[in-house]
Amino acid sequence: MNSKELSIALYTIVRREVRRFTRIWPQTLLPPAITMTLYFIIFGNLIGSRIGQMGGFSYMEFIVPGLIMMSVITNSYSNVVSSFYSAKFQRNVEEMLVSPMPNWIILTGYIIGGMARGIIVGFIVTLLSLFFSDLQLYSLTTIIVVTLLTSILFATGGFINAMLANSFDDVSIVPTFILTPLTYLGGVFYSISLLPEFWQGVSQLNPILYMVSTFRYGILGSSDINIYTSLAVIVFFTVSLFAIALRMLNAGKGIRT
Amino acid sequence: MSAALSIQQLSKTYGNGFVALKNISFEVQKGDFFALLGPNGAGKSTTLGIVSSLVNATSGKVEIFGHDLAEDMTAAKKFLGVVPQEFNFNAFETVYNIVRTQAGFYGMAGTLADQRSEHYLTKLGLWDKRDTPARMLSGGMKRRLMIARALVHEPKLLILDEPTAGVDIELRRSMWDFLQQINAAGTTIILTTHYLEEAEFLCKNIAIIDQGAIVQNTSIKALLQQLDSESFILDIAENLQVAPDVSDYQISLKDQHCLLVEVKKGQSLNNLFVQLEAQNISVLSMRNKSNRLEEMFISMVEKNLEAKSEQ
Repeated sequence: MNSKELSIALYTIVRREVRRFTRIWPQTLLPPAITMTLYFIIFGNLIGSRIGQMGGFSYMEFIVPGLIMMSVITNSYSNVVSSFYSAKFQRNVEEMLVSPMPNWIILTGYIIGGMARGIIVGFIVTLLSLFFSDLQLYSLTTIIVVTLLTSILFATGGFINAMLANSFDDVSIVPTFILTPLTYLGGVFYSISLLPEFWQGVSQLNPILYMVSTFRYGILGSSDINIYTSLAVIVFFTVSLFAIALRMLNAGKGIRT
Repeated sequence: MSAALSIQQLSKTYGNGFVALKNISFEVQKGDFFALLGPNGAGKSTTLGIVSSLVNATSGKVEIFGHDLAEDMTAAKKFLGVVPQEFNFNAFETVYNIVRTQAGFYGMAGTLADQRSEHYLTKLGLWDKRDTPARMLSGGMKRRLMIARALVHEPKLLILDEPTAGVDIELRRSMWDFLQQINAAGTTIILTTHYLEEAEFLCKNIAIIDQGAIVQNTSIKALLQQLDSESFILDIAENLQVAPDVSDYQISLKDQHCLLVEVKKGQSLNNLFVQLEAQNISVLSMRNKSNRLEEMFISMVEKNLEAKSEQ
């Protein structure tokens, strides 16, 4: 396929993915908006007013970047895992496998679809946060870079999960038992400087900490972790996961017998 | 000149140790209407799955119009259209979007993709259903949808895995007409089917696969010439209690108004009718007991089974 044909094939997947999650917006875009509004009200307003300052900022200001990043992570991941697993389940993944599209186009198309949902939900949550907090933009470049990388990383993770899944239960295992705990322990609701030194070290093994901290740096100008270390870690995980997903797709893991 | 499809020494052993294909080789020439037949579990779908890139081959080589499927996959796949046995579209998507999206996967640009989608949906009688979700279609419409989808990029080689399964007779005939038209227009077609009259009616050449091996690969005409005998059913006017005595023919009473006659290869039917007339038996109509290809197929598979059990 020439470059024009490749771009048409990529656009076809992305258009289909975006159309899918916008068509079912009450299941994809509305729930995170409601959940995050409740987080803002309960944790930010009601409990946050009793907590006082966190990392030099009001508790509401502190948790807003974390909650935005949590929305991006969850939605990038769940869009790809549910869409690609459904394509496997209904066997319409075969439509792509018989076509001359190279595997990297299939993977990139799904990742962009996941990024689109993650970023749209992130934007909706950002708009909602304006009702509760005055949002600063310390470094727009950092915000854009970390949001893009994070959404790529978790969309790729969702793709790997979908390839390995054999049932709809398998689709929910990773988000429930890995993603959610890592997100909660990734400094969304607290600064890791509050933890004993040992647990600070353990927290640094959690990749989500780097994303939340870097995003918080982009908004507030303050981070628990060195910004360049964070970006290097995120890039490393993103490239590694993409390479693993592409290798699995080339081998037909979970999709070819 | 390269064949439309060349399969060389293809084998497949599944993860559970089941050997589905044992070094099979055959070719399908350009413009052919080719039948790949075999009993359930013989290896037909595995073969077509490998050609369609849905199954990984254990060893062997597949070439589509001279392009190696392993080394030049993109070029090879451009020539290929596949209509699978099972429905494999997004049931919640509309008919038009399913076909239009497939065009996009082949890198087809906007207007051309729109025109082709409309053309093939119209040809297959689905244009009026273009905005209907696929799950709302009847079984026959779903099969036609998969054919329209497979044709949207105008492949030179079309693989149809039991395309008329569960389709009523009228629709089956119209699908046959359509397939003959696109074959006449130059598309090479490979068909698997359990309806052997379908293969006899449509196909020029045939491969029969059984227990993972090719047991016959020839023209339909040559295959039918191998038949030793044919069985005919004669409907008669008289009410008979015992089968008439007719020399040189093996004849039995199927019921009081029906005779079953076995006619050996090269044997004339005239003598049979003369003998029946002499006994005041009037033949009202006559038909084959079963499809000729079916008789051949069954005897071949049975022989193969006997040979295996003797080993």
